[in-house]
Amino acid sequence: MYFDSLNAAWDMAGHGPYVWSAYAITMAVVASLIILPHRRARRAQQLLVQVSSGGTGDADQDPTTGGGNASQA
Amino acid sequence: MRPDSLGFCRQLFVRHLRCGVRRVEDVLNSLVFFLMVVTLFPLGIGPDSNTLRELSPGIFWVVALLSALSVSGRLFSADFEDGSLEQLAVSGHPLGLCAMAEVLAHWVLSGLTLVVAAPVFALMLNMVPAAIPTLMLSLVLGTLCLSLLGGIGAALTVGVRRGALLLSLVMIPLTVPVLIFGTSAVGEAAIGYDPSRWIALMGAFAAMGLLLAPLAIGAGLRISLEQ
Amino acid sequence: MWKIIHKFGSPPWFFRFATKAVQWLLPLMLIALVVGCVWGLLYAPPDFRQGNSYRIIFIHVPAAVVALAGYYVMAFAGLVSLVWKIKMADVAMRAVAPVGAALTFVALVTGAIWGKPTWGAWWVWDARITSMLILLFLYLGVVALFEAYENPEVAAKACAVLSLVGTVNIPIIYKSVDWWYSLHQPASIKFTGESAIDASMLYPLLVNIGAFYLLFAVVVMMNMRATLLETHTNAAWLREAVD
Repeated sequence: MYFDSLNAAWDMAGHGPYVWSAYAITMAVVASLIILPHRRARRAQQLLVQVSSGGTGDADQDPTTGGGNASQA
Repeated sequence: MRPDSLGFCRQLFVRHLRCGVRRVEDVLNSLVFFLMVVTLFPLGIGPDSNTLRELSPGIFWVVALLSALSVSGRLFSADFEDGSLEQLAVSGHPLGLCAMAEVLAHWVLSGLTLVVAAPVFALMLNMVPAAIPTLMLSLVLGTLCLSLLGGIGAALTVGVRRGALLLSLVMIPLTVPVLIFGTSAVGEAAIGYDPSRWIALMGAFAAMGLLLAPLAIGAGLRISLEQ
Repeated sequence: MWKIIHKFGSPPWFFRFATKAVQWLLPLMLIALVVGCVWGLLYAPPDFRQGNSYRIIFIHVPAAVVALAGYYVMAFAGLVSLVWKIKMADVAMRAVAPVGAALTFVALVTGAIWGKPTWGAWWVWDARITSMLILLFLYLGVVALFEAYENPEVAAKACAVLSLVGTVNIPIIYKSVDWWYSLHQPASIKFTGESAIDASMLYPLLVNIGAFYLLFAVVVMMNMRATLLETHTNAAWLREAVD
């Protein structure tokens, strides 16, 4: 590692706040870019499973278990 | 395209021109708008004539851009609303060309009048008098570019709610080269350098616009009509 | 080549492809990103003139490069949609626009933060940052146009036209801003020395550029998958794929 200690890495000879905040903002954006469509897909998938199994079985079934023994008519 | 299309478009152009000239208030309206905004700048920056002289090319072009924007919003809306745009679309004449007739007529009425009035405004902003001919030449080409870009933006947003705001958002980034070429030309002329390469760039941009705008405007109008 | 475009144009094929692709590429992207960032932050030597603040380059440049490339991807999708009328191209365009805007935003913010210790100001109107700002406006215009139309098919067509017009204009905008800047530039200071970048700094930069390209591909595919899930609720192939 270029820096002598973790403290030095944090401080970066005075430039620390700039560098770390820039990276933090970037990672926050990257994280939300990944999480948002993931959530969207999961919600839509749950809705899809409900719609396709809701007609025959219990409407209150837990969607993650996939509708139990509901036959896909 | 029908064999009489070019003649038809020429007639359209003349018709729009005549209608526009009859509605003098519209022409005066844009000039007064220009005058008012030009007045705002000294009020905001301070009346120091040297500062104004330095900033005058930039101020002039920004104001030209803003007034082109505000006027472009109304470009196709009347025809869109009363159905004549649809008539043109099914008439067999190329829609883009017909729309160009309106855009060019609009340019003559708003852009060219600005060119004529430009010396007055330039003097109010204390622009170096030697730069004024360059200003006028660059304005001829520049207002043409702005009208073409305004036509594209208007074609894409005519059928949309709050289209005016959207038009600004869509149009402004595209007009940046015009702004830069125009202010650079006038700026160089003001300090005694030769502005011809900026004028040439502006001319090239205008030429490209004249070729491509009919396509984009035609496509945009058809899309708006589809709604 | 033609067959590939047709395959991508089929929603069931694309859905299966995207699901698998994301499974592989997301972890790969994360690894590349971590490697690139750690390398650039902690292992690369500091810059001779700028000291440690230059380390922002390892996120600023990749974001900017991918943001610009993304606009062309969006415009290409628009072209495909207009000319060959492939619906998946619409979905692609709609997915790319906000991602490109977000990356442009990252480029701008990191650029501004980089500017403060380097030139003492939070915002400097230099050619590249100004061009990035205009790129942001271009992206926002497309996003706004998508929202303005109620019919998503018509919206996609309008956005395709707008992105194509923007594409023609982007080189002109970039060049004119470049000239504008050099015209007004104070005598000596240049933004980044166009001098050759040292290998010890180049490699982490390349790694991160690759990571950001992967990020772009992964996120766009994830968004497209989500859109397919949301809009094809009645399709049998989708129900099968999901089960």
